[in-house]
Amino acid sequence: MLYRETGQFKQSYASDQAIFPILQDRIGLAIILAVAFVAIPLLGNEFVLASLMIPFLILSLGAIGLNLLTGYTGLLSLGTGAFMGVGAYAAYKLSTLFPGINILVWIVCSGFVAAGIGILVGLPSLRIKGFYLAVATLAAQFFLQWCFVRISWLYNDNPSGAIEVPARTLFGIAITGPSATPVTRYYVVLVIVAVMTLIASNIVHGRIGRTWMAVRDMDIAAQLMGIRLLRSKLLAFAVSSFYCGVSGALMVFLWLGAAEPSAFEINLSFLMLFMVIIGGLGSLIGSFMGTALIHILPILIRSLPEALGLPLAAATVEHLTFMIVGALIIFFLIVEPHGLARLWQIGKQKLRVWPFPY
Amino acid sequence: MLYNVFIDPFVQMAGAPDLLVQALWEGLVSGVLYALIALGFVLIFKASGVFNFAQGIMVVFSALTLVGLYEKFAAFGFSGHLAAYVALALAAVVMFVLAVVIERVVLRPLVNQPDIILFMATFGITYVLIGLGEMVFGGDPKQMIADELFLPGGSIDVEMLGGFVSFQKIDIAATVIASVMIAGLAVFFQKTRIGRALRAVADSHKAALSVGISLNQIWAIVWFAAGLVALVTGIMWGARSNVSFALEIVALKALPVLVLGGLTSVPGAIVGGLIVGIGEKLGEFYWGPLLGGGIESWFAYVIALLFLLYRPQGLFGDKIIERI
Repeated sequence: MLYRETGQFKQSYASDQAIFPILQDRIGLAIILAVAFVAIPLLGNEFVLASLMIPFLILSLGAIGLNLLTGYTGLLSLGTGAFMGVGAYAAYKLSTLFPGINILVWIVCSGFVAAGIGILVGLPSLRIKGFYLAVATLAAQFFLQWCFVRISWLYNDNPSGAIEVPARTLFGIAITGPSATPVTRYYVVLVIVAVMTLIASNIVHGRIGRTWMAVRDMDIAAQLMGIRLLRSKLLAFAVSSFYCGVSGALMVFLWLGAAEPSAFEINLSFLMLFMVIIGGLGSLIGSFMGTALIHILPILIRSLPEALGLPLAAATVEHLTFMIVGALIIFFLIVEPHGLARLWQIGKQKLRVWPFPY
Repeated sequence: MLYNVFIDPFVQMAGAPDLLVQALWEGLVSGVLYALIALGFVLIFKASGVFNFAQGIMVVFSALTLVGLYEKFAAFGFSGHLAAYVALALAAVVMFVLAVVIERVVLRPLVNQPDIILFMATFGITYVLIGLGEMVFGGDPKQMIADELFLPGGSIDVEMLGGFVSFQKIDIAATVIASVMIAGLAVFFQKTRIGRALRAVADSHKAALSVGISLNQIWAIVWFAAGLVALVTGIMWGARSNVSFALEIVALKALPVLVLGGLTSVPGAIVGGLIVGIGEKLGEFYWGPLLGGGIESWFAYVIALLFLLYRPQGLFGDKIIERI
């Protein structure tokens, strides 16, 4: 009853092609935004903000980046962690070289640096496909990781080999460094993620997104229809790496505060891939859902025995977490191989026809 | 700079041939071990089209099971050669059970799903096995029971080319055992009834089904075969260093081997393994110092990438024919 598009007449093409053509969707989005911008900062304590929401938003941004590449363009990449690392190191390097310029400018610029590296990595994608391409992106992952360790210029010859975030302000309020409060950091991350999600949504709904999907479904057929493969694949790599790069920069500057090269190792790439696939390939909202599941689930499982009063050793809990997460991944893949986004769609369809079954 | 990259390493090679032989030998041995891991991948990929990421962890898990069981036996005062071989047999049984469970719980419900979904499912298996292995046997590195399994230790020094080249006995044993196992697998594939069924499944699932081959049975067998390969790999690799979860990282090295040889080719896995093993050792030895060392972590991938640019389906892979 509540969720039905009946009676909502469209009187212009623009309103028909809107991202959210249904009124209820717009209301839902407004509620989500209100919760994110008002309720969570007001009600959430430091743990919720700093350990749940900020990482969730930042990782979601990376997941969107990977989803643009793997979900929309069909290019399997295992180098996400390294691209995020490129963003982080670029932002660190730029902001320490030119401390006078606003940090947000450098975070965006670091995305462009990552995009440049992404284009280089994407060059073989025209010839190499499928799992072969995944291994080719692994080459980038390991090479970049090696650079983060070996090239001391990247971390300003810091003896610990880590990058430490300098304190920076925006409008006189500290947004990075130890003096920044979780609430400010949360707002900065939230605004960036919201804006970039909107941009991503526009990209995938427009001509570029359709090109990508044509390439994903069958690249030779797309080529025959006049799509320039090299250009669209490289564009996908560039945009995807841009998102990953910004996400990596945010990760170091607004979440971790300092990072070692091991933060961007292969496990991060795998984790991002989980998020995208569990969430749903080719779905932006799926990226958020997948991230929520993969990031928050282990935290919940870890805190569960304590909450129930079970006397389990920390190591056992850790191992059990591994097993449960693994089993859940398999479970979700079996139940819904198209990801949480598909479940969401099915739910919406059920809601539309409710109270009738179809 | 150009001299350092293109000429100097070869001058060094010619100048000290004994070192070159040593490097080649070490590359060969690690190549054989990479090839063994890649072999496990290829077996499964051919038969079920699953890119089995869990092969690496299966190597660790099988070796851990072997050592863990032996330790349990030793705690009851049952040790020595017999106990080691009983543990070996039991480890094989564990791998068999694992194969059946994976087939039943993971593969069968996921039949006909896109490749990437099955790939992800093997990630799930990896996580479960990591958790299970650490919980049951502990995460500390363990000593492989090499002596109890009659694996030789020590080394042979051979004088040649104006210097000494040292061959670890365990390396020789590993090479021999690996060759025997590969030969055995080849015979199994060519001559036995199950082997023929496996090849039929690899060619076409539907055609194999239509002549009455049970896919489920074949998948369980193939995963068991991959498990046995993993067990042997685990023993060999464990005897060279020790058994720990660090092996999993090494198993990632099998990926470039795999794509270099072609995902569907057993000879490809072997040749790819040797190319990557030797290339990596020579690269580290002669070109590594130029770049500051540690290039082993990515050199193999770059070799694979270069080969792939030339042949996108790998050296021995099936030609990719695309139709609209």
